[in-house]
Amino acid sequence: MHCQTGSWGSYVPTTRTTVGDPLERIERLASENAVVVFSISSCCMCHAIKRLFCGMGVNPTVYELDQDPRGKDMEKALMRLLGSSPAVPVVFIGGKLVGTMDRVMASHINGTLVPLLKQAGALWL
Amino acid sequence: MQSFKAAAPHTTPDMFCHSSFFLRGDDDFNPANAFHHDDSVDLSSGSIFSLKSSNVDVVGNSLHYDAFNTGIRAAEIVSSGTGCLDTGQFMYQKGTTLGNGHIENWGDSGLADNSQQTDTSTDVDTDDKNQLQHGAIITVDQSKLKTGDQKTLRRLAQNREAARKSRLRKKAYVQQLESSRLRLTQLEQELQKARQQGIFIVSGLSGGHGLSVSGNAALAFDMDYAHWLNEHQRLINDLRSGLNSHLGDSELRILVESVMAHYDEVFKLKSIGVKADAFHMLSGMWKTPAERCFMWLGGFRSSELLKILGNHLEPLTDQQLMGICNLQQSSQQAEDALSQGMEALQQALVDTLSSACLGPTASGNVADYMSQMAIAMSKLATLENFLHQADLLRHQTLQQMHRILTTRQAARALLVFSDYNSRLRALSSLWLARPRN
Repeated sequence: MHCQTGSWGSYVPTTRTTVGDPLERIERLASENAVVVFSISSCCMCHAIKRLFCGMGVNPTVYELDQDPRGKDMEKALMRLLGSSPAVPVVFIGGKLVGTMDRVMASHINGTLVPLLKQAGALWL
Repeated sequence: MQSFKAAAPHTTPDMFCHSSFFLRGDDDFNPANAFHHDDSVDLSSGSIFSLKSSNVDVVGNSLHYDAFNTGIRAAEIVSSGTGCLDTGQFMYQKGTTLGNGHIENWGDSGLADNSQQTDTSTDVDTDDKNQLQHGAIITVDQSKLKTGDQKTLRRLAQNREAARKSRLRKKAYVQQLESSRLRLTQLEQELQKARQQGIFIVSGLSGGHGLSVSGNAALAFDMDYAHWLNEHQRLINDLRSGLNSHLGDSELRILVESVMAHYDEVFKLKSIGVKADAFHMLSGMWKTPAERCFMWLGGFRSSELLKILGNHLEPLTDQQLMGICNLQQSSQQAEDALSQGMEALQQALVDTLSSACLGPTASGNVADYMSQMAIAMSKLATLENFLHQADLLRHQTLQQMHRILTTRQAARALLVFSDYNSRLRALSSLWLARPRN
């Protein structure tokens, strides 16, 4: 068994079939870009969060778990991480977990989201 | 029936009240032909009542009392060639002279004779104008008094009769109005009681257990919200009097904090309500109609809050100004994002429910149908999440506003916001109570 490393491109689901800890994979993917969103393509709340970032001028990296062969495992891992369902949408900024929709919106309203984005290099204004 | 706009003593033409219009059942007096509106016929004490020649013609033509038409000609009205009528010449059959200078041309229901007024609640002058309308101005020269006497008397009697009838009609109408008002209040009270007793309102759309459960939740929320609103008004009034009596900052802060803490309560209530009956929360039936009109995802728009506050927050420091601008922007962005998410939800539902179930066999159809319905159900479940997020957004916007502002500014802001909502509710009441034709 060998592990392939690295993933290329933001929107293309990886096709590796290695057995790896899904949580590890999540953390790795999250650290590769300034803003990372784990989503499900049919989820409307995920759609809302994508619109929120686009409206702010941020271009997030989105992983659609339903289009990833290992998406199911990752979804379960996220549920364990967050301690709640649904697992998506979940946002990482600068490699660090921010949370789901309510946390993201709360931090936007209380003014902490924009500095976080600037710090991660996702926003220049 | 319309009343003409001749000025009556002590009143302005505009005071002709509406109710007098349709009490004139048997009086087809046409104001268009009658006294010109511009001619302020001044009937105040001591003035000379002057009939212009044009008016005289009109009077002769338009009043339809037979006696009047035949009895009075223009020539009879004008006296002494001056075109003016001397009020002192005017005599009644009863021999009562109107030495007070008022012009009255009908007997016991004259303008100055208050005892003849109806006991209705409308203003006395209305009746005066009614009287004025009837029979108009009939002053005759003293020399003609004998010859026109009989006709005059007949005419006067008819006037009195018509006036009396219209007074009775008006009285009946007002009584009807007042009893309807009482009935309305009674019905409202009954409804309130019924709600408090938790009577299930069964709609025709679906029946049975499911509806009664959600109906119960909806009613429970409505009741709790009504109580919350009362308490909120009380706290706001305390805050208002505190602000007006120039309390110190520390005391004012206590009042502000209590209002903010009370807002926390309503968001808890809404959270329970959304879980129990999301559609009821979304429908806004727990709000008044005008409030409902401006509703967004089950409540007020977070971006509207700061717009409503407008200039009331000034003066602001630079830092505060920036904070407010950022809050305005972020609340708007979050609102837009949720709105777009809701649109996507609705579109997904439309797609799911409109997808054709094509299958060769009946069982295939049923299976497809069930799976489509399952998908639609999961979509509906996310509706609760959207309502929840919208409430969170509202709550956080309020809290952030509170953080940015000083105590005094926050007090003003809370009052302005509360007043705005009170006015919306008052507007709803006015609208619902408006007279309909």
